Amino acid sequence: MGKSRIRWHIVVFLAPAVLVYTAVMIFPLFNTLRLALYTEVEQSRVFVGLDNFRRLFGDPLWSEAFWNALGNNFWFFFIHMLVQNPIGIALAAILSHPRLRFAAFYRSAIFIPTILSFVIVGFAWKLILSPIWGIAPDMLKAIGLKSLYAPWLGKEEYALTTLALVSVWQFVGIPMMLIYAALLSIPEEILEAAEVEGITGMSAFWKIKLPLILPSIGIISILTFVGNFNAFDLIYAAQGALAGPDFSTDILGTFMYRTFFGFQLQLGDPHMGSAIATSMFGIILTGVCIYLFVIQTRIRRYQF
Amino acid sequence: MNKARRNPFNIAAMHGALIVYTLIALFPVFVILINSFKTRKAIFREPLSLPDAESFSMIGYQTVMKQGDFFLYFQNSMIVTVASLFFILLFGAMAAFALSEYRFRGNTLMGLYLALGIMIPIRIGTVAILEMMVATGLVNTLWALILVYTAQGLPLAVFILSEFMRQVSDDLKNAGRIDGLSEYTIFFRLVLPLVRPAMATVAVFNMIPIWNDLWFPLILAPAEETKTLTLGSQVFIGQFVTDWNAVLSALSMAILPVMVLYVIFSRQLIRGITSGAVK
Repeated sequence: MGKSRIRWHIVVFLAPAVLVYTAVMIFPLFNTLRLALYTEVEQSRVFVGLDNFRRLFGDPLWSEAFWNALGNNFWFFFIHMLVQNPIGIALAAILSHPRLRFAAFYRSAIFIPTILSFVIVGFAWKLILSPIWGIAPDMLKAIGLKSLYAPWLGKEEYALTTLALVSVWQFVGIPMMLIYAALLSIPEEILEAAEVEGITGMSAFWKIKLPLILPSIGIISILTFVGNFNAFDLIYAAQGALAGPDFSTDILGTFMYRTFFGFQLQLGDPHMGSAIATSMFGIILTGVCIYLFVIQTRIRRYQF
Repeated sequence: MNKARRNPFNIAAMHGALIVYTLIALFPVFVILINSFKTRKAIFREPLSLPDAESFSMIGYQTVMKQGDFFLYFQNSMIVTVASLFFILLFGAMAAFALSEYRFRGNTLMGLYLALGIMIPIRIGTVAILEMMVATGLVNTLWALILVYTAQGLPLAVFILSEFMRQVSDDLKNAGRIDGLSEYTIFFRLVLPLVRPAMATVAVFNMIPIWNDLWFPLILAPAEETKTLTLGSQVFIGQFVTDWNAVLSALSMAILPVMVLYVIFSRQLIRGITSGAVK
């Protein structure tokens, strides 16, 4: 190494990753935040401060769509937390049972939807739920519930919930796997000690296992949050950029895409698009901070 | 022993619940696949029955082959995925080695800087990424996608790989140094082979999201000659909405490569998740 103070090999090892990451991820991220403060007047970029945000949050032309997308996004997230994560935990709890046969088969099969692309998932469900094909109504008819059927993706009041449930169907494998891993890492001695005390079956799950897997539940919650507030593909694949019917399935991702890229007669506006991206950034950052500083520090961790 | 472990009724109930959920998970895929091999009439008359001699038809696949350039799309997806994984693994491992092996000023800070991207999605920066790709002329090239996916995959790769590299024995590396090996030789010859399992985990984690992404191909490379399979099938299906045979066949063809990847790599993937690589 000689006397030179700079150890060049460290620079060489770090440089490619740091350069690509900085140039393609960090720099554009901050540049997008910056672009949100500009607007275009007669083909030149003009600094307008927080004007774009004032329009986005206050000007009815924009704010109606924004608050609609934000509200829909929270509902989308809420359904995931309420349906996806409990089902994932329940499946993991069953799978982690020590004497269960075919566990590997079930695990791999239930994970299959997770590996499919949104395009496949969106269209497959669109076809299955479609009144034209009639699979969903026929199946309901077979169990005598035909009256329950409605063209769910076509009705404003059901479309968003339906898509959220399709997304739950697709991603249930992720909480299942993470919780399954956490359950397997609980030492046998703890469960045996509980059994000696007469705590078995369901009560062992509620009193022993659930408290021990809380950190993993925290992780899946924040992963769900970030994933949902960044979602776009499924809605776009199933309902198109207009997130119909009548914007009832519009979430921040689709709203940003339309604004930034333009659609039909509306021209794309990169600056308003950046303002929406900045709002998404703020929401995701708030969620991550709440997780890191409030939830993660309060959850008790057990070292085995 | 646990009550449930002895009670056959509980075991049956558990299998029952898992079978029901497995059916729910596989049903849509199954319906798409069987109907892609049927005539239009049979698709509508008996959507849930398997194709038989009378209803069997490949008309959908013929339309897809004629109309869509699926081999080109497949090739583009392949190039983008393989190249991105290569760069994620190479650059990620190099950075992870620097962070875990050497003590230098700013080491922790650099680690934190690279970890920022684990939680913040790269999509937030799309507006500026597109501007940059337009300015550099990379828009509508596969390089735009490769760069974006490499940047997106690096943070988690560095994080996972540096955890593993800390476990590589110091004696081995120091023995190499005494033998006069350069730091580069130590990295490529001694350390990389030892962290191969961790590299496989990183590769498998990144592979499926890259292959399935719709957002960046749609925005950065929508040209006909750079369409990925995911975008290509999205556009194709959008154009052929009313041709059910073609739509079902296109969906089946899009499912096939991912299923093949999954069958090959599912053990690696599941081992990666359950070994706590993402904790």
